[in-house]
Amino acid sequence: MLFGLVGAALVGLGLFGVVVHPHPLRKILAFNLLGGGVFLLFGVIARRGAAAGLEGDPVPQALVITGIVVAFSATALAVALVRRLFQVMDGADR
Amino acid sequence: MSAATPGGFLLVLAIMLPMAGVLLALLLGGRHAERVVMALLPVSGLIAVAIAVVVWRTGAPVAYVMGGWAPPLGVVFRADGLSAAMLLTTAVVVCAIALFARPVFAAMEGVAEARAPLVFWVLLIAVWGALNAIWLGGDLFTLYVALELLTFGAMPLVCLDGQAETLRAALRYLLFALLGSALYLLGVVLLYGAYGTLDIGLLAGRVRDEPALWIAAALMTAGLIAKTALFPLHLWLPPAHAGAPAAASALLSGLVVKGSFFLIVRLWFNVMPALANPWAAQMLGVLGAAAIIFGSVLALRQARLKLLVAYSTVAQIGYLFLLFPLASNAIGPALSWNGIAWTGGVIQAMSHAVAKAAMFMAAGLIGEALGHDRIAGFGGLGRVLPMTVLAFGISGMSLMGLPPSGGFMAKAMLLAAAVGEGQWWWAVVILLGGVLAAGYVFRVLMPALAGGELALPLCATVSRRREAVVLALALCALLLGLVPVRPSEWLSQIGRVGAAQVSAP
Repeated sequence: MLFGLVGAALVGLGLFGVVVHPHPLRKILAFNLLGGGVFLLFGVIARRGAAAGLEGDPVPQALVITGIVVAFSATALAVALVRRLFQVMDGADR
Repeated sequence: MSAATPGGFLLVLAIMLPMAGVLLALLLGGRHAERVVMALLPVSGLIAVAIAVVVWRTGAPVAYVMGGWAPPLGVVFRADGLSAAMLLTTAVVVCAIALFARPVFAAMEGVAEARAPLVFWVLLIAVWGALNAIWLGGDLFTLYVALELLTFGAMPLVCLDGQAETLRAALRYLLFALLGSALYLLGVVLLYGAYGTLDIGLLAGRVRDEPALWIAAALMTAGLIAKTALFPLHLWLPPAHAGAPAAASALLSGLVVKGSFFLIVRLWFNVMPALANPWAAQMLGVLGAAAIIFGSVLALRQARLKLLVAYSTVAQIGYLFLLFPLASNAIGPALSWNGIAWTGGVIQAMSHAVAKAAMFMAAGLIGEALGHDRIAGFGGLGRVLPMTVLAFGISGMSLMGLPPSGGFMAKAMLLAAAVGEGQWWWAVVILLGGVLAAGYVFRVLMPALAGGELALPLCATVSRRREAVVLALALCALLLGLVPVRPSEWLSQIGRVGAAQVSAP
């Protein structure tokens, strides 16, 4: 229950950050916060679905690993893009 | 439903071959990337045709169960009539784009490896593979992965030239797309938590009309709308699509936005066919109508051709969303009108993909030949580039809905359904959108066909073969309208989960 609320709060904070912050790096960080909230909810649901004597439902756990990998590569891609953008803009200024 | 059907391996090939091509092209690198793509085109095209033939002949969805594990534990790929239609459209458009792009991104003599061509060829097939995975995916999480693959494949195409302006457009596109997929994933979690499965077929049998479903559906729809660039979340589309090279714009505008639209269709018509809230469907229709009016008016006001075509995409995406109020089973007394609206929406998706790809490539040729794409400087263009202007005009016919084009069929069906269901307000929007589309297409054609200067200065000659490719694709958009309606029913009925149950009251 607690984790669920924390996850929901993270999603809300992340969503707020993505929409409000103008700087791309902050937006990327906020996206990761949002992603973290979603992954936490995956954990909560895995715990809740743990019925047949298992510690947790393995399906959401398998999904969350894929989700984390995707979010990681998305972040790497976005940060690379921001870096490149600033390099190009620096070159244009000089 | 949970067993593999004959021909199921074709579905695996449709996804695996492009992905294997991506790896091979990256490994071999340099000048071989283009050869890998050229070898892959006919094979993957034939697979798409084969899947369509199997679906047509058997009259039932083709399915493949990964590793023999039936859902809910395993993952299923499924091709229904809609998937087959989209597979074929994708194959045609991607092949045309590859032929068009060949001289632009050809390996240069003496240069071992250039960045832009390698990236373009690798991502072209990556996007193809991701799209095929979206058309065929049978559970919501596979679809999430395919959607992300599509974003990662499409985003770098925006900034191929590496200019600050296009990098900014690409970043904005990526941020919109990431926000959209995060919301989609959140909806997926909620659905799994509430119903314990993500398989579309199983979910359709388990969903109930309750807050968990509403919230999940709202989150997923909102996220996917951001990815599809439906008004008012369209802000990223015009700079991204107008800034990319013509071949990439054609891919992005014609096909990539259809990927996330397709997921909304899956969600509304396959996961919760009977539970779609009529007010929510009307809401989507209102957004679509706003997109049609707003996008068309903005297209009319653009000074540059590529931006005009990009805003026209915003408008044409709006038509797709009229599908929800018109085809949703919850509204409308007669089920047959729903079926007509559904077929019209699908034909709109197909014909817009073909016509818009042709239009962007025609715009690219014009830009290459003139060295600019300011519409004011198009006087006398029809004399120097007759084939390209003809292709632009024919694809424009489809966008504004003149017979006998595919766009005419689509808009006529949506119009008939709107009138037949008594939802006349959509009919007004459809007609107004057609007039506005004619406005922006003729804004380009008028100066191009009017006399202007006798000898328009050309800064480059474009090859006849590339003009022919664009014209052929535009003709495909025209011919789509000649496909008889009767057989096109298979695309609407085969494998529509719940179509049978819903018809019984």
